[in-house]
Amino acid sequence: MDDARISRGGLSPRLWLAGGWLLIALLAAIFAPLVAPQDPLAQDLMLERLPPFWLDGAEPGYWLGTDSLGRDLLSRLIFGGRIAFIVAFAAATSACLLGSALGLIAGYFGGWADRIISRVVDVWMAFPPVLFAILLVAVLGTGLSSVILAIAIIDWTRFCRVIRAEAMSQARMDYVESARIAGYGRIGIMLREVLPNVLPSVVALLSLEMGIAVIVEAILSFVNLSISTDDPTWGSIIAEGRLSIHQAWWVLVFPLITLILTVLSFSQFGEALKARFDPVLR
Amino acid sequence: MLLQRFLVRLLTMLVTLFGVAIVVFVVIRVAPGDPIAMMLPPGASDDDIARLRALYGLDKTIVQQFFIWLGGVLHGDFGTSISLRQDVLGLVFNRLPATLELATVALLMAIALGATAAIVGARSRGTALEAGIDIASGATLSIPDFLWGLVLILLFGVLVPVFDISGRVSPELDLPFVTQFYLVESLLRLRFDLTWDLLKHMLMPAVALALPLAAIIAQLLKQSLKEVLDLDYVVLARVKGFSETQVILREALKNAALPTLTLVGVQFTFLIGGTVIVERLFSYEGLGNMAIDAVINRDLPLIQGIVLVFALLFVLINLAVDMMYALLNPRLRHG
Repeated sequence: MDDARISRGGLSPRLWLAGGWLLIALLAAIFAPLVAPQDPLAQDLMLERLPPFWLDGAEPGYWLGTDSLGRDLLSRLIFGGRIAFIVAFAAATSACLLGSALGLIAGYFGGWADRIISRVVDVWMAFPPVLFAILLVAVLGTGLSSVILAIAIIDWTRFCRVIRAEAMSQARMDYVESARIAGYGRIGIMLREVLPNVLPSVVALLSLEMGIAVIVEAILSFVNLSISTDDPTWGSIIAEGRLSIHQAWWVLVFPLITLILTVLSFSQFGEALKARFDPVLR
Repeated sequence: MLLQRFLVRLLTMLVTLFGVAIVVFVVIRVAPGDPIAMMLPPGASDDDIARLRALYGLDKTIVQQFFIWLGGVLHGDFGTSISLRQDVLGLVFNRLPATLELATVALLMAIALGATAAIVGARSRGTALEAGIDIASGATLSIPDFLWGLVLILLFGVLVPVFDISGRVSPELDLPFVTQFYLVESLLRLRFDLTWDLLKHMLMPAVALALPLAAIIAQLLKQSLKEVLDLDYVVLARVKGFSETQVILREALKNAALPTLTLVGVQFTFLIGGTVIVERLFSYEGLGNMAIDAVINRDLPLIQGIVLVFALLFVLINLAVDMMYALLNPRLRHG
């Protein structure tokens, strides 16, 4: 509530910063081959562990320094952003579609549908999510589609629980009763009347989920279970940075800052959207 | 009323655990890689593979395997770890105390930190300090434990290396412990040198786990405190001449704590779930770290055992919170 109150203005400076960062990171990822100063995979042992540009020993063209194989850190971060954003959009959208559909059915129809879906949600909530994700990717095999699928399979419950509760309270409202008297069918009411009213919550959750998906992907790459080891991802850069932390701190610091800014921006967006759409707060 | 509520919850809990067992059993058996082939040297004959498959019961159908395994679990037999060739239950019990100690220390830190922030925030409501606490808790909440762990490694492992960022205890120490509850046992044996070493290792992963939860507690408890502070009995206490801090600590906190308590219970399960990656990050020898190794080694019996123990922990915490809520809430107590 408090947070929503703060960001109620909608276009607060925080929201501008969040949007600005996401736009820059997204554009850099889309146009990575044009923007990246170096080839993200090119190794050069003559250039290993170069420091960032403001320190002694830096090389021009390697702005944020290089890792232990002499690969340019900035270029790897820019290319890693491609995977991060693909996972964020695809995984969050899939989790959202699955979870919202089940939540809408459970909340609006109630009865047996609700009982079964709620039991499944209970079972899902009893899994440690990170372990579940690691297990699923190990089972599905590493790769972009496995990571997306694993996140969707795990995180649909976030949408399901919220949408179920919303749909339940909407279903009791007068306008639903009026629609029924007017002769609309149950599914028609659900899609035409209830769905538009729970949509604001869905959109806000979607933004939060994108941030979560970015983190899960980073965790999976960190334990070496995400995309193929050649492609740079934020998580795999962090894993390298964790190993060479005493020799080259920048290999950990820059991807960490990138991740934190991205996650904070997604959550700021989610909060702001929630406040903007919430009729009580508005 | 209470007993009935308890029995219903207990039944739901068993259904949930049964569901978890089925899901994890099915998920790991559709995995493509063959764990038996990974155990044997490359030149092993088909006969050897078949014999080993029969030994681990992998030659039967999934349904048969499930009920054989479930029968064993009900007798306390979780099978044998394929990669470590030891009893799964023994391995799990060996590691569980480390995770429980870490999670408990993290929980206590989260409550202390979150409650302090909430009380300070409620005390100074409407001021810049409260706004500052709001912004800080909002940002803290958005950054997950994994990233906090990395930030802490950089700050206190590299920049100002004051805390250990790897392991559970210094390897050169001679440990007199007979249980795996090192922290508890070091306190009971009055070996505070060991307690200090354990805490130095535990502090960073515990803070990483505690920060997001502390932020949630701060937000919710502050909200409830502010609501309670406008009620008549609190106003009366203020009129009687108690200072604002006294009013909060002696009158308001008791009644504002109930919603937070329920939330802390649910969030505690999330915290325990977070130990998996945080233990990995800090090479802390707990259950979560072992779980990741088990997945990487495709150690089916061990994965099943660990997931089931985590699930059991989660449902037990939820049950305990639900019962505590029912006991503390007068409306439920008197039915």
